Order: sequence, then C-alpha cells, then structure tokens
Amino acid sequence: MQRALALGMVVAIGVLLVFTVSTNLLPFGSFPSRQIGENFDNSIGQQILENAPQQTGAANVVTSVVWGYRGYDTLGEATVLFTAVVGVVMIFRAFGRRE
Amino acid sequence: MAGMTVIVRTIARLLFPFTFLFGAYIVLHGHLTPGGGFPGGVIIAASVVMLLLAYGIERAQKRMGLLQAEVLESIGGVAIVVLGLFGLLLGAFFLQNVFPLGDLGQLFSAGNLPLLYLGVGIKVTAGIILIFYAMLFAFREEKE
Amino acid sequence: MDLNYIFAMLLVALGIYCLLLKRNLIKIIIGLAVLTDGIHLFLISIGYRLGGTAPIVSGEMFSDLPGFAAHAVDPVPQALVLTSIVINICILALALSLAIYAYRHYGTLDPSKIRRLKE
Repeated sequence: MQRALALGMVVAIGVLLVFTVSTNLLPFGSFPSRQIGENFDNSIGQQILENAPQQTGAANVVTSVVWGYRGYDTLGEATVLFTAVVGVVMIFRAFGRRE
Repeated sequence: MAGMTVIVRTIARLLFPFTFLFGAYIVLHGHLTPGGGFPGGVIIAASVVMLLLAYGIERAQKRMGLLQAEVLESIGGVAIVVLGLFGLLLGAFFLQNVFPLGDLGQLFSAGNLPLLYLGVGIKVTAGIILIFYAMLFAFREEKE
Repeated sequence: MDLNYIFAMLLVALGIYCLLLKRNLIKIIIGLAVLTDGIHLFLISIGYRLGGTAPIVSGEMFSDLPGFAAHAVDPVPQALVLTSIVINICILALALSLAIYAYRHYGTLDPSKIRRLKE
C-alpha cells in the first residue's frame, strides 16, 4: 500500500515536471534573450562572449569564465574537494581500529 | 594485496606513459582546448591507479606512500591561494591577473590561468589517489 | 519539440523513483547520481543557440572575433555545471564510504533495518 502511494507520487511529479518544462520556458535555442517577468533582455553570456578573448587572453571562453569571472566559486569547489577527501580518509581510518 | 598475472602487468607497464602524457596534455592546454585541471587530474590518477592494481600494494608503497600523497594534495591547494595572493600584493584584487597576457592561441598566454589549472590538476590527482589508498589500507589491515 | 528538456525531466523522475522505492543502499546512491545528471543536462540545454558552435576560439576564427560572438553558445551554464560535476563526485564518494561503514556495523544494506542506534 505504501509502495503504491509512493509510485503514484513519483508519476505525478514526473508528469508535473514534463508539463512545466514544455510550456513555461522560452523555446529551445533562444540563447541571448531571456525573460524576467514581462521584459525580454540580453543575457550576460553575450557580453562575456564578446569581451573575454581580449580581456583574459584565453581562447577557451569557458576557462576564462571559470577562473577569470568566477574565480571565487572555483576556489570554493577546490575546498569542497579537499573536505571530501579528508572525510573519506577519516572514515576509513576508524575502519581498521574496530577489530 | 597481490598483483595480477604477467599479461596484465606487461600491458599496464606499456600503457602507463601514454596515459600519463595524455592527462598532462589535457591539464596544460586547459586554456586552449576543452578540459582543464579537473578531468586531466582524474586521467592522471586513473593511470597511476592502473599501475597500482597491476603490481600490488607492497611494491607501490615504496614509491609513494600515504604521507607523500597528502603532502602533494596540500601543495596543490596552497599553490592556488599563493597565486591569488600575488594579485593582492602587486595589483588590486585577489586572484586578479598580474602576469603578461601574450597572444591569443599560444601555449604561454592567458596570464595565470595555466598556472591555476596546474595547481588544480595536482590537487585532484593526489586527492583521488589518496581516496584509493585509504580504502585499500583499511581492508588490508582487516585481512591480516 | 524540445526533446532535451523532456528527457532531462524524465531522468530526474527516474532518479526520484530510485531514491524512494529501492531497498538497497547502493541502488539509492545510483539514483542520486542519475538525478544530478538530469539536472546538469537541463542546465546546459538552457543556454543553446540555434545553429551555434562551441564557445572556443580556434582555427580561422582568430581574425573574426565579432562573428564568433554572434554564433557561439552560452558559456556560463557550462562553467557552473563543471563545478557541479566535481561536487557530485565528492558527495558520491562520501555516501559510498558511509554505506560501506554501515554494512560493516549492521551486516545488511537494507535501509529499513538500519534504524536503531544499537551498540
């Protein structure tokens, strides 16, 4: 009984997600224009594409976004990686001591 | 943990330099081609883990033990922060570019971007090897 | 027909199904991975331009930078998904280590039997 209820809930969530995505978003492939409420404007990706090769000197625009325009986020991600490795080593160090 | 048969050991020893070179190429050309430090570091770690699995833990521990892997990962992390502090000392902001820019499309271009990716590549490599070591050492102590 | 969006949401629904209705810890963790991959696909498909190319300057585009900026795809969601993939790796590594630890302590991988704080 509980499993049938959970299965029904998952199917309802799936139908709701597919319906929302097919009707309430801008059509597929409309990159520079984005919608905020009622206005349509050019998104910031267009400005970054125009200025990045001269400002950062990198041919790869994604790299210049990752380190040049959003360097703090990548620093935080390196910290998360370090924390995860510390956590895994800590769990397995207590493994051998249990015996 | 014992190693594997002669065929596996020969192929692993033959494939290790090529896989290591491929990973290093992806790390170093992060500002020209897709990739960068994160997938390149995983490829280098995969090549080292392949060698570890083929030859067994005892022979690999003489080359690089747990302590060396931890130190290597910390060196990678500290390198990123030091490069950021360069910008703070010489210019205006943290992590701002103070190295010369160069021409578009050459290997020595884009300021401190290749150096930052080098630090991240070392950090990711050492991190994944460290996870592998931690799991293997815990199970090896349990077996004896 | 925007197939990208629909398949991304189907992946999310599949991941939620595995999270709710499976009785093995490892299968629940696999459901987590599928869910996150669906979200990544959705994020990258938002920044697509019809007839666009990859946001990397190469070959004969070096002399024609405004033309490159009029044809390339959005680079910002791609950079954010790069970060998110690495964080996904860290979450899965920690979750799998905890699953191994729980198996050692309880002897079973069934989440409905891992209930009491027993000692």
